[in-house]
Amino acid sequence: MLNENMECKCTCECNSNNDCEMQGKLLQQIRCYAFAVNDLALYLDTHPTDQKALCLHRKYCQELKDLEDKYQKVYGPLTINYPCNKWRWLEEPWPWEGGVSNVDL
Amino acid sequence: MWTYKKTLQYPVNIKCTNPKLAKVIISQYGGPDGELAASLRYLSQRFGMPDQKSKAILNDIGTEELAHLEMVGSIVHQLTKNASIEEIEKAGLGPYYTDHGVDVYPQSAAGVPFTAAYLACKGDIIANLQEDLAAEQKARATYEKLIDLCRDEPDVVDPLRYLREREIVHFQRFGEALRSVQDKLAEKKFYMDCDITPKSDCDCKDKD
Repeated sequence: MLNENMECKCTCECNSNNDCEMQGKLLQQIRCYAFAVNDLALYLDTHPTDQKALCLHRKYCQELKDLEDKYQKVYGPLTINYPCNKWRWLEEPWPWEGGVSNVDL
Repeated sequence: MWTYKKTLQYPVNIKCTNPKLAKVIISQYGGPDGELAASLRYLSQRFGMPDQKSKAILNDIGTEELAHLEMVGSIVHQLTKNASIEEIEKAGLGPYYTDHGVDVYPQSAAGVPFTAAYLACKGDIIANLQEDLAAEQKARATYEKLIDLCRDEPDVVDPLRYLREREIVHFQRFGEALRSVQDKLAEKKFYMDCDITPKSDCDCKDKD
């Protein structure tokens, strides 16, 4: 969460601003790849035989998956399809609340 | 079937409360050309589409509109969550506050509650896709008006610009889907993969 002085006040267990910044950066990368995958998917819906788009889609899907795996291992689940030993779904702030999960980089 | 992903499609981080802006931006949540209407319009129309391309594009754009609904809701929430009663009154949100507090309620900027009358499902492929093209242009125009009204708040303008750009991409994709459907209809012989008449081997007809 960002406080009034725009300092990153972590609500996760990392207790360090640096780690929190990492989390924001990683999430921003995930959003970028998710955007590319989604936009290519819409394009492929109407251009299903475009090999270049298909190739990019495949590449970005893999990168997105790798980033999401990396994120979820450290910061908890992005979807409820991620198995946890304890229920970490409640720990991170919700996207509409702004703050750490939404740091604009 | 949908899966929720715990992130916004594009970040919304608004530092200053401004219920005046929330009052107009809420139109893109539950107004006539808002994201809720767009999403439900496409997700309802997809059932009647004749080919794979138009089914897919309505399904996938309808899904993206749900992500946009969440973004607009987040903007309205962040603009109002810490507003004082004085700020709410000054913004002309007294009547809204009376019925909804600072919850995010789907209504137009003029206070008209969301209605399914905003959806157009005409039972006609061409009419539906033309409606969708117009819907994207109307949403783009609405975002441009909102960007004018929010010009002094970069935190608010930034996600609005993103949403405006998506309307243009969606318009493009709907145009391609329409052309594909029209090409198909223009073929001398064409076979639509939707069921217009009940199948003869269906054992549920004429039970009486």
